[in-house]
Amino acid sequence: MTTSLLITAYIAAAVLFILSLKGLAHPSTARRGNQFGAIGMLLAMVGVALHAGVITSPTLLGALALASIIGALVAARVAMTSMPQLVAILHSFVGAAAVLVGISNHLAPVAELSGVERTIHDVETYLGVFIGSLTFTGSIVAWGKLQGVIRSKPLMLPGRHLLNIAMLVTCVWLGAMYLRGGHEALPHLLIMTAVAGVIGIHLVMAIGGADMPVVVSMLNSYSGWAASAAGFMLSNDLLIITGALVGSSGAILSYIMCRAMNRSFLSVILGGFGADEGAAPAGGAVVAGEMVATTTADVVALLRKADSVIIVPGYGMAVAQAQHPVREIVDVLRAEGKDVRFAIHPVAGRLPGHMNVLLAEANVPYDIVLEMDEINDDFPTTDVVLVIGANDIVNPSALEDPSSPIAGMPVLHAWEAAACIVFKRGKGAGYAGVENPLFFKAKTRMLYGDAKKSVDAILAALRA
Amino acid sequence: MIVGIVKETAPGERRVAATPDSVTTLIQLGFSVTVESGAGIAAGFDDEAYAAAGATIGDTAGAWSAPVVVKVRPPLDGEAEEAARLGTGQTLISYLYPAQNGDLVRRLGDRGISAIAMDQVPRTTRAQKVDALSSTGNLSGYRAVIEAVAALQRPLGGQTTAAGKILPCKVLIIGAGVAGLSAIGTARSLGAIVRAFDTRPVVKEQVASMGAEFLQVELEEDGSGQGGYAKEMSPAFIAAELALFAAQAKEVDVIITTALIPGKRAPILITADMVRSMKRGSVVVDLAAEMRGNCELTQPGLAVDVNGVTVIGYTDLPSRMSQQASTLYATNIVHLLEEMGGAAAFTIDEENDIVRPMTVLKNGVAMWPPPPSLPKPSASATADKSASPDSAAASPPARQVSTSGTKASPGARKKPGASHGKGGGHGAPADESSSSGGWWPLLAAGLALFAIGLGAPQSFLTHLTVFVLACFIGYQVVWSVTPALHTPLMSVTNAISGIIVVGGMLQIGDGLTSAASIIGAAAIFLATLNISGGFLVTHRMLKMFRR
Repeated sequence: MTTSLLITAYIAAAVLFILSLKGLAHPSTARRGNQFGAIGMLLAMVGVALHAGVITSPTLLGALALASIIGALVAARVAMTSMPQLVAILHSFVGAAAVLVGISNHLAPVAELSGVERTIHDVETYLGVFIGSLTFTGSIVAWGKLQGVIRSKPLMLPGRHLLNIAMLVTCVWLGAMYLRGGHEALPHLLIMTAVAGVIGIHLVMAIGGADMPVVVSMLNSYSGWAASAAGFMLSNDLLIITGALVGSSGAILSYIMCRAMNRSFLSVILGGFGADEGAAPAGGAVVAGEMVATTTADVVALLRKADSVIIVPGYGMAVAQAQHPVREIVDVLRAEGKDVRFAIHPVAGRLPGHMNVLLAEANVPYDIVLEMDEINDDFPTTDVVLVIGANDIVNPSALEDPSSPIAGMPVLHAWEAAACIVFKRGKGAGYAGVENPLFFKAKTRMLYGDAKKSVDAILAALRA
Repeated sequence: MIVGIVKETAPGERRVAATPDSVTTLIQLGFSVTVESGAGIAAGFDDEAYAAAGATIGDTAGAWSAPVVVKVRPPLDGEAEEAARLGTGQTLISYLYPAQNGDLVRRLGDRGISAIAMDQVPRTTRAQKVDALSSTGNLSGYRAVIEAVAALQRPLGGQTTAAGKILPCKVLIIGAGVAGLSAIGTARSLGAIVRAFDTRPVVKEQVASMGAEFLQVELEEDGSGQGGYAKEMSPAFIAAELALFAAQAKEVDVIITTALIPGKRAPILITADMVRSMKRGSVVVDLAAEMRGNCELTQPGLAVDVNGVTVIGYTDLPSRMSQQASTLYATNIVHLLEEMGGAAAFTIDEENDIVRPMTVLKNGVAMWPPPPSLPKPSASATADKSASPDSAAASPPARQVSTSGTKASPGARKKPGASHGKGGGHGAPADESSSSGGWWPLLAAGLALFAIGLGAPQSFLTHLTVFVLACFIGYQVVWSVTPALHTPLMSVTNAISGIIVVGGMLQIGDGLTSAASIIGAAAIFLATLNISGGFLVTHRMLKMFRR
């Protein structure tokens, strides 16, 4: 296969990748988009394999077959609630692959270079390995936190910012040595890989559980940049393009998530949220009133009377696996002609769009699942709001109390509805450690207990 | 610490500053409560009920000698009267209207007491729990409509009957504050056609959301004053609005006026000529009667007949619903006492942003008006924030309407999915780039490019071109992704970033003989995991999305 043919295959693959992202603009075109992506990938892989003459290599075929089978098994088995973990661990694979490709390329360069080109090539290798290593370890820690293997509480080492800076400086210094050392400089590259790995661990360890949407999308972005750097190193435009697509996608998602929490990207990345402020429910005025508990029977009575209902799901719904019975409640209510919709906050859950996926899994039609901006104006005309396992995203003090740690974060105006039922496991504060005045409002009733059991009970009563 | 609840002695006043329920809460806050015998009778709470809630029933002198005396109306002035019962160290909590009652405040100051004015609650969101003017205004607006209907010679709502058609009444409401909005809601739910006028354009949406038509004059002038109240308007504007009212007066059946300017005589908005031009049997209800009225013919406290038009100037509308009015006021009082620290830490805290503006006297020292730095929400803040005092105050009546079966704002509900993601998505990056603005980033980027151009070889620059353009394409494409599909977006980008497999494939040419090729094979393995896992799980997710 000629180089020109390979390059045209690359062009086709790049276009297919772009179309694949474009397809995601709407659920109806998304599946085709995904297929475009897969075709593009196949095209690129076959093209490279033919061009490099390894299409029959048992090594290649073996690795491909084994990995494909494992990947397919995992993809078929993973529970939708575990999507954040899966995405995180997949990021770590890209990071690791970038490290391996970088090191392998150092050992056996594809092309011999000299002068400035050589220097640039070495910088690219070094950078690719650095980002790859950071992505690898960072993603593993993120996975551990999401999986619950590692405590999700932020780890706050003393002088952690200094520590990061010191490690970064070390990496730069090693880089300078690496550039001077040429082929003999492998130890520098390996040491840097280790140091970058520690940076990745340390960065993500310092970030708390509910900031995970930002972390995961950030790692998504990094994995893209790592691929891009590898592309520069290998002079491969397809890698560069794909890396840039993925990199900017992750960056935009991080930006959206940060905006949804009204926090700067830097403050999330530097970590520690929920530890400084969270110790005492400080900041924020002391909330007046008391939380009034209610019973399933009362909730059912309220639902029967209501004409319009909005459901606000949060991470708690995912944890309790309550999405299926919730959907059945929605079916019952809709069959009675009531207007039932879902309100999704951008950072509900542990992954951008996490709630949408869970609801889709439960067969909730996507046109009744609305974004915050679409539905926030409708709360005043809503009869009942069901808040299931969400807390900070419906906290009115974000708007009302300038001293609150979450002041300024856009939230769902659940308190504006005629009645608000909060499904909650216990009386504790939310992730941010902030008291939620919503729970104390006169129109709010608390339904304590496991969300799934409560929802099941309501469903049974509604059907009775 | 004892809280004294005294009986109101102003003529026609039927309210009381505490209910048995609020007494229970006050006791929970650590207070002891002494209720003057008979204080709650007119509001429907007898002494036994207070006693059952834990209060001590005392005589007049006993209740007035408590360290904290709570009542509704300003104390009646004069030597033998209420004001004279207070002495050094006591704290009085009631309406005071310090701007109008300068003499009273001075005399109270001479007696060395502290005084908290319930009419000086700051218009902030946090202070709403204490805002007695809002809680009373809500009731007054409701009652104004009820009084109007009682005097009106016909029903408000329209009907078609065997005996002929009843046309719905037209109601004009001037001033869309808490009382005005409440009146709009009540009149709407009784079936009237409601029009409303306000000098503050920001309330237009609230008026519309209550189902009334918002009347405007041709002149552009914003009447939003400090603290969410209206300010006085220019002569040209006043002339224009009077012309508007004159035209409306000939058409409408009921006019309800609620226009007040803090600390000043209420503006005359309905002249005698306008009243005379109204249809016989029509009604004017003047909620500003206590401040000498928005209507020229208003006689405070009375309903008068002018050429068959009833002009109602009752000043006791809240008292006509004394039980509910007392309950709301009592709740405001409980919140205030809690804000002031409860019984244990009771203090007049000059740092407290609710208590400070309400403090008229502290130990006899004049504290009113508060320094301007203290909370007075700016007009723009009132306009922009959805949690502004006005809109929040508007919500209780809104609910009243919707629970009574008439949807308050059928038009206000946005169509689901009308702005599906895209609008907001595209808007955001534009804002970002314009706000981060400035030429410095561009300049820096230019310099960086220049430096690269000086040193880098051409081959690198070709790749850089591709990279930069790809970043822009990615940026454009990803913003168009609907937020609902962000998780599939992540898994599919994950899958395609497995393209790094290419890097591994270039390294395994010679079989597994060198370290480089072994590492390369490992890279292929990991990247392929990603590719197959990523695409398949995306497929699985997307399959679930259905309409």
